[in-house]
Amino acid sequence: MTEPVLSIKDLVVEFPFRNDVFRAVSGVSFDIMPGEVVGVVGESGAGKSMTGSAVIGLIEPPGHIASGEIRLKGERIDNLPEEAKAKLRGRRIGMVFQDPLTSLNPLYTIGEQLIETIRTHLPLNEAEARQKAIDLLTEAGIPKAAERMESYPHQFSGGMRQRVMIAIALACDPEVLIADEPTTALDVTIQAQILELMKELREKLGMAVIWITHDLGVIAGIADRVMVMYGGQVVEQAPVRELFGNPQHPYTRALLKTVPSVSGEREEKLAVIEGQPPILSAAPAACPFRARCPQAFERCERENPARVPVGPAHDAACFGDPATGGPRDV
Amino acid sequence: MFDTRTGRKLVEVRNLKMHFPIYAGLLRRRVGEVKAVDDVSFDIYEGETLGLVGESGCGKSTCGRAVLRLYDITSGSIWINGEEIGEAGFQRLRPLRPTMQMVFQDPQASLNPRMTVSRIISEPLDEHTRLSREEKTERVFELMDAVGLNRDFANRYPHEFSGGQRQRIGIARALALNPKFIVCDEPIAALDVSIQAQVVNLLEELQDRLGLTYLFISHDLSMVRHIADRVAVMYLGKVVELAPRDALYATPMHPYTEALLSAVPEPDPTIETRKKHILLKGDVPSPANPPQGCNFCTRCPKVMDICRKVEPAAFEVAPGHQVACHLYSETTHETAGETAAIEAQESTQQGE
Repeated sequence: MTEPVLSIKDLVVEFPFRNDVFRAVSGVSFDIMPGEVVGVVGESGAGKSMTGSAVIGLIEPPGHIASGEIRLKGERIDNLPEEAKAKLRGRRIGMVFQDPLTSLNPLYTIGEQLIETIRTHLPLNEAEARQKAIDLLTEAGIPKAAERMESYPHQFSGGMRQRVMIAIALACDPEVLIADEPTTALDVTIQAQILELMKELREKLGMAVIWITHDLGVIAGIADRVMVMYGGQVVEQAPVRELFGNPQHPYTRALLKTVPSVSGEREEKLAVIEGQPPILSAAPAACPFRARCPQAFERCERENPARVPVGPAHDAACFGDPATGGPRDV
Repeated sequence: MFDTRTGRKLVEVRNLKMHFPIYAGLLRRRVGEVKAVDDVSFDIYEGETLGLVGESGCGKSTCGRAVLRLYDITSGSIWINGEEIGEAGFQRLRPLRPTMQMVFQDPQASLNPRMTVSRIISEPLDEHTRLSREEKTERVFELMDAVGLNRDFANRYPHEFSGGQRQRIGIARALALNPKFIVCDEPIAALDVSIQAQVVNLLEELQDRLGLTYLFISHDLSMVRHIADRVAVMYLGKVVELAPRDALYATPMHPYTEALLSAVPEPDPTIETRKKHILLKGDVPSPANPPQGCNFCTRCPKVMDICRKVEPAAFEVAPGHQVACHLYSETTHETAGETAAIEAQESTQQGE
């Protein structure tokens, strides 16, 4: 079996808040194989972006990784000094964020920003870096790339800016790409263009991707494997078809039902998950979903379920048995 | 499903135009205009929900605000509940305001952070009614019950609520004066998926109970399919297709609607991987400088010569199903001749 390119173990991210701590990520573990696209879904506050930020070492203080480890090709990267982390970012781990306008510097041309990234990480001279930048923009589907090198970010449309971000992220052939809601700010027709581009580039470059989004439709189209996060934890994890076809965690099942579809059956009434997502402090001593769970029972109040296998390559963190609706006999 | 044949038209919009001037240069001279809404006509029947969909910048929000006369419109006529309000001045509009209300996208920005929930909800009552203090409090409680807010929270401030609850406050305020017609401008766009369903179900329930009529503006095509009876699709300031919901989603006629629907990712990997996405090239042109002919001609996969010259008129392809596209107009073949004539004319002009 091949070695995972990225391996996260018991990751905990905490923010001090007044006299308490707020736990944004609470014991997340997963591996990513080379070339795999892992979708991370969840609602706001589920901890999905924080997991991504932890991997690239961009958690804003006073937030910090309280425990756990992150390994890139076997070597630990969570405890590296800041300088070494900066070397990894952009070189071995690329990233694309939701809002391309705030991620690009408005005072520099697209060309300057691309060349800067390339020269920071690769031993190329100005002319070679320039040529590489043009090639990258062309690859990212920007017409007349050589001319557009002189343009500033505001002269690009939202979709084009996201293409530039993708070009920058892929400049140094990273082993892992973290895409945090990269299409959320875009219109659907533009989103379709970007998704198509990402699929092409991934085939070509073969990097592993962590795709963070709240949109189940996007995940269905792009991911190989899906992790569902709730209250800072991964509550279910399975290959994409298995997850959508055979969801085991009550939260996943409820989530899939609340989303209407454009072509499937039209439901008369939308299914609803009553209540609000939890705000977590300290180590949770109970299931984070219990308050909204239709089948919670006494054990869910006492213990936080660990993820257990429920099918081939499929695990879920729930004490309940989906078949009977009652407790699982384990 | 709503039957348009028997219904009464509550809202009639005809040839609505909302153009915003662009000023430039030292003397701030008027150099052009943004045609945010350009010649839009539609009806909304009593008790139905008309979905208005489109991408950002297509003019859907401007259209919703213009219908409520939150702008002084450029031209066109708007009838709401038998009153023409397109030309009406402030004095005449004011007594009509209670019948037409709005729910905004961002509940954070549309609620005053310095006012308690009960003051926010009772503000329309202060403005438009002469209820006593006790009657107002009673009405506020009634409204809070109706939208599923706990009465005990009446004296809290908006920041103490979650996004979904804030949207409920906004809905309660819109309902305060017993309106007939509510424009919902992206009411769920800022909410999480599990909360979106709660708010949409609330809106539907209130509609059944109070007989409300909605103009539901959204970019979320799957949610519009859920809530709307009929759907209008806008592109660059114009309605390109308007049809009953099932017809629109089953057989979209306009190439833009087709592309838009195919671009929506399905939360089902089996459908999603099999589905053929129609990828549109490029971006939406600027509404300050729309292309000649059909607005969609620069990105249309089925573009014909005529599209670059003649603007297509809305054409009824089936009862209640209108499309503004040359593919369906009976006159296409005749006008093809006309186009040739125009072309000839143009070439002579160029020759001069």
